[in-house]
Amino acid sequence: MEHHSILRVVSKLLIPPMLVYALYVQFHGEYSPGGGFQAGVVFAAAFVLYSLVHGIDALTKVAPPRILHILAGIGVLIFAGTGLVTIALGDAYLGYYALAENPQHAQEWGIVVVELGVGMTVATVMLSIFIAFASHTRKLDNKDW
Amino acid sequence: MNANLVGIAIIDIVFFTLLVLTAVAIIRQRSLFAVAMLSGVFSLLSAGLFVTLDAMDVAFTEAAVGAGISTVLMLGTLALTDKDEMKRKRSALLPLLVCFVAGAALIYGTLDMPPFGAADNPVQTHVAPEYIERTPAEIGIPNIVAAVLASYRGFDTMGEVVVVFAALVGVLLMLGTTGRPSGKRKE
Repeated sequence: MEHHSILRVVSKLLIPPMLVYALYVQFHGEYSPGGGFQAGVVFAAAFVLYSLVHGIDALTKVAPPRILHILAGIGVLIFAGTGLVTIALGDAYLGYYALAENPQHAQEWGIVVVELGVGMTVATVMLSIFIAFASHTRKLDNKDW
Repeated sequence: MNANLVGIAIIDIVFFTLLVLTAVAIIRQRSLFAVAMLSGVFSLLSAGLFVTLDAMDVAFTEAAVGAGISTVLMLGTLALTDKDEMKRKRSALLPLLVCFVAGAALIYGTLDMPPFGAADNPVQTHVAPEYIERTPAEIGIPNIVAAVLASYRGFDTMGEVVVVFAALVGVLLMLGTTGRPSGKRKE
């Protein structure tokens, strides 16, 4: 697909803002609409766009499915592990007050960490599912365009 | 204030009209490619409706997931199946009747519901005011939705994340984990 220069240029223009916007939604989630779930989806969408233009093989080179699967599990473990940490610190499961002296800071820390786990899992799961579907389809020839 | 309400009513009517038109177009359409794209349009219109309901977080999710990712996944699925819907052999009379009866029952059910947007609705008087009151003092972040999702209902959200993860496991069990094009596999 090397000669589809319009698609390549447009995707090059779009992908970086998408990634930055996903990070903004992730880390600004306490102040504005959005959070880990939406950020993860937007983050995955940027990679999907890359794959639509450059092909699925280019995507699996950037984001190998094996690593995505591991990251998806780590995201869940971050969320669940936060609960165990708060138990170890002497509060209830996912009771964030144990995380810091100031109760509001403690809550904010807990929410940021947990949302990070959500974003990680959602982004990698969406991308892995896309790869699982897309890698089964026949490659498009240049004649198909 | 009143002009504001009229404006919202007009926007709602436009959105709902477009939603119904999209739904009818989806039913009439034989090409599954067009159906997948139209369902993306349907999701985007629903996202617009959520914005008029001031549910920004829901609208955001609907636009990103419904109109974005799931349309792409539908197209990916389409590539694995056929491009056109099969012609129906049986008559559509009985399904139509079932739809009308179910729809009438649902509309009958809404008659008992409290008026839309009234101040003394259960949704306004139950736990919502408590969250609005407690969040600034207890959590201290402006986005109350995030406070409810990640802190007050953190356990529920963890369940959702596990469900998302389980979806991946299910898809991988069915389609294989390698992510390699099917041409390279022994099948």
